[in-house]
Amino acid sequence: MSVALTRRPGLGRLKAARAPLHLACLGIVALVVLAALLAPWVAPADPNAVDLGNALAGPSPDHLLGVDAAGRDTLSRLLLGARTSLLGPLGVVAFSTVAGVVVGLVAGWRGGWIDSVLSRSTELVFAFPGMLLAILIVSVYGEGLIAPVLALAIAYLPYVSRLTRSLVLAERMRPYVSAYRVQGHSAAQICLRHVLPNIAPIVLAQSTINFGYALMDLAGLSFLGLGVPALTPDWGRMVFDGQTAIQHGYPLSAILPCVLIVLTVVAFNVVGERWADRVARRTP
Amino acid sequence: MNPGKHTNPEDSMNPGKHTNPEDSVNPGERVHALDVRGLRLHLPGAARPVLDGVDLTVAPGETVALVGESGSGKTLTSRTALGLLPTGATAEGSVLVDGEDVLTMGPDRLRALRTGRAAMIFQDPRAAINPLRRVGDFLTEGVRRTGVMTAADAGRRAAELLDAVGLGPELLRSYPGQLSGGMLQRVMIAAALMGDPVLLLADEPTTALDVTSQAEVVALLDQLRERFGTGLLFVTHDLGLAAAISDRVHVMYAGRIVEHGPAEALFERPRHPYTAALLAATPRLDSGPGRLSAIDGQPPDLRQELTGCAFAARCRYATDLCREAAPAPGPVACHHPLEGSRADD
Amino acid sequence: MTEAVLQVNGLCRTFGSVRAVDEVSFTLPAGGSLGIVGESGSGKTTTARIIVGLEQADAGEVSVRGRARTGRARGRAERLARAREVQMVFQDPFLSLDPRTSVEAVLRETLRLHFPGTDHAARIRELLDQVGLGTRASEALPRQLSGGQRQRVAIARALAVQPDVLVLDEAVAALDVSVQAQVLNLLADIRERTGVGYLFITHDLGVVRCVTDDVIVMRHGRIVESGPTSDVLDSPRHAYTRLLLESVPRPGWDPDRIAAARRAL
Repeated sequence: MSVALTRRPGLGRLKAARAPLHLACLGIVALVVLAALLAPWVAPADPNAVDLGNALAGPSPDHLLGVDAAGRDTLSRLLLGARTSLLGPLGVVAFSTVAGVVVGLVAGWRGGWIDSVLSRSTELVFAFPGMLLAILIVSVYGEGLIAPVLALAIAYLPYVSRLTRSLVLAERMRPYVSAYRVQGHSAAQICLRHVLPNIAPIVLAQSTINFGYALMDLAGLSFLGLGVPALTPDWGRMVFDGQTAIQHGYPLSAILPCVLIVLTVVAFNVVGERWADRVARRTP
Repeated sequence: MNPGKHTNPEDSMNPGKHTNPEDSVNPGERVHALDVRGLRLHLPGAARPVLDGVDLTVAPGETVALVGESGSGKTLTSRTALGLLPTGATAEGSVLVDGEDVLTMGPDRLRALRTGRAAMIFQDPRAAINPLRRVGDFLTEGVRRTGVMTAADAGRRAAELLDAVGLGPELLRSYPGQLSGGMLQRVMIAAALMGDPVLLLADEPTTALDVTSQAEVVALLDQLRERFGTGLLFVTHDLGLAAAISDRVHVMYAGRIVEHGPAEALFERPRHPYTAALLAATPRLDSGPGRLSAIDGQPPDLRQELTGCAFAARCRYATDLCREAAPAPGPVACHHPLEGSRADD
Repeated sequence: MTEAVLQVNGLCRTFGSVRAVDEVSFTLPAGGSLGIVGESGSGKTTTARIIVGLEQADAGEVSVRGRARTGRARGRAERLARAREVQMVFQDPFLSLDPRTSVEAVLRETLRLHFPGTDHAARIRELLDQVGLGTRASEALPRQLSGGQRQRVAIARALAVQPDVLVLDEAVAALDVSVQAQVLNLLADIRERTGVGYLFITHDLGVVRCVTDDVIVMRHGRIVESGPTSDVLDSPRHAYTRLLLESVPRPGWDPDRIAAARRAL
């Protein structure tokens, strides 16, 4: 029966209602991205404008979400913080995906000793917890966004490369790859034009999930005081700065960035997983 | 081996199962191993029923073949006998296995049915057997889990059945990867017989095997059928194989049975145009080289409604009546059955 | 005696301790059709893959029109030249096409690789017509096509290169009977029109009878019998060939006798 069904594609597709959770998460992702893009024009106040006299005040018409320990407007800092909070993970994911795909592709396609060398090297990196690697590198190179982003990208690379490698190994076995070889295409052409587009959706769906984890890791780094420089608004940094606020009993400026971090990470994870499920179901 | 058959502990679970060996002498009172009446199966999103009024019977000790191409519904019919309906399917009619209707059974009775009275042999033994468990575990897990036999009894029976299918008892400790395709298929047959079934369903059991292994497996099924008195429903796309091994053949097309009858007669003198066309399109050893008379077109799409005869669009002899009115079910479901020998086609 | 388009001499290939291909030699005349029959483990698929270039032989040589093609192809020119000699149609109609490439894109790719600068659109129409597919099929993706249609696309892709030899590795085994008949007829038509030579790898003796002129029977890597199809199938000389013939089911068949004969061999 399944043979008949695969010839009639419209039949088996389940017309399930889109889960409300997924729609909500999609909405959160869209909002956060919009906030990051439009922040400089939407923020009501200068995020770095210090006003110690007004420190730790609650929400007021001037400051809709209150101010932090240094009198800076929380709402503006949240909006601008969206930029760095998203930019960092984007860098991590972009670099780790590109580098991971290249490593996985070469290892999976060529096999042999190249595969052994690349696989063992990436397994070495696996052994390091990403955060510790990042802390190590930051302690050597000092503050700034570049060092932790690169460090985390290297820590995430093995996940992408292992996934890519096993996908490439499976694709390589398929008759259409043999058919292209018989047709006279070179290995590079087949890899780039046929194998890569077929595995891309799965790898990209995985990367979307990695985005959430990268956000968490970078926020954690900023919370520890390693990461973005002191003056840059960043959610993780805001939690770090908000420690005193909590101690004084005005936790809003610390809790809000926490909430946003959690919401964004969950939203990206849900969206990414849903995409990965759909891709997996569509794959023949 | 057989004396255990009628005092089997599972009888206490199956009040419907006949325990009197003399029942088989009186055909009028004999319960069919499989009795499908007016089976109609609807799937969501399909414009016509996937199975449209299927009637067939399999008596104990009989081999009935169900022949068709992909999309004909033959595999669905055999799976329905075990209650394995696709998700979202709704069924009408009745499917009686050893006298009980599968379509109205609860999950517990269904499980008992599948480990006891009915068993299926699948096409690809490597896909159907867990490669991580030993052969002995595979053979005994069904009967052990439902509590029909103790582990010791199950082990003994497994060894006996392995012997019956021509394999040695030492294979109980082997893994499926260590056996060839033909041997694995025989293991699957042995597993199917563990519960002493009254009905065996074989879904293209030899398609994945070499021709010489095919002969062995078929010979085996034949012997076992005689020895244990099981009814066998043999699903295949190979009309020649069906004709060679079965007592009766049913030919399916687009969810309907278009012709059925004794195997040799059907093969020599097909009366439905589809059967004749199928035979003509099969490359055979005794046909000469040259073009085959292929059937134009394709089977009807499930998304389209079907009025009249399912084969009308591709039939050489189709008339307006064929396109408007579906032929009545019967030995030949056709408004204009063919006369004369197959050679003319 | 027509010139041989494909010549295979003393081909050997061993995997570990198993001799998959053991001193296999045969010839395919130009425009001829040779069947290679055997069961699994006979070495027929490995032989085909060596001829096509997907695997390397340990010993022996393969030549097309007198030009040797043993060893790996070095360089682009050699790779393309070899592709123009032998092409292949695979068994699985679904997986032998890239699931993301449309029919037209598939053919265009081939034409761009081998015949850059010619009118691709016209040639694509011609190829689709040759395999019995309408222009509507050209935008379709593989999953929108039936098994028979996909095999036709695979055949068109192979023909686009204009090869001397076409290797068909169980190319109709996965198709329904009625579709199989259509594709076999199509293949016969194509051979008549283009004069391409066929190497038919199959386990189905009925197909062999229908489409091949000559046949070789392989078992455990060796050729046990060869000759014109009608001779081999009507009066087989080797016991294994006889066993294969008897294993084909038909009314009056006795599987017990065959099972016994198989064990005896």
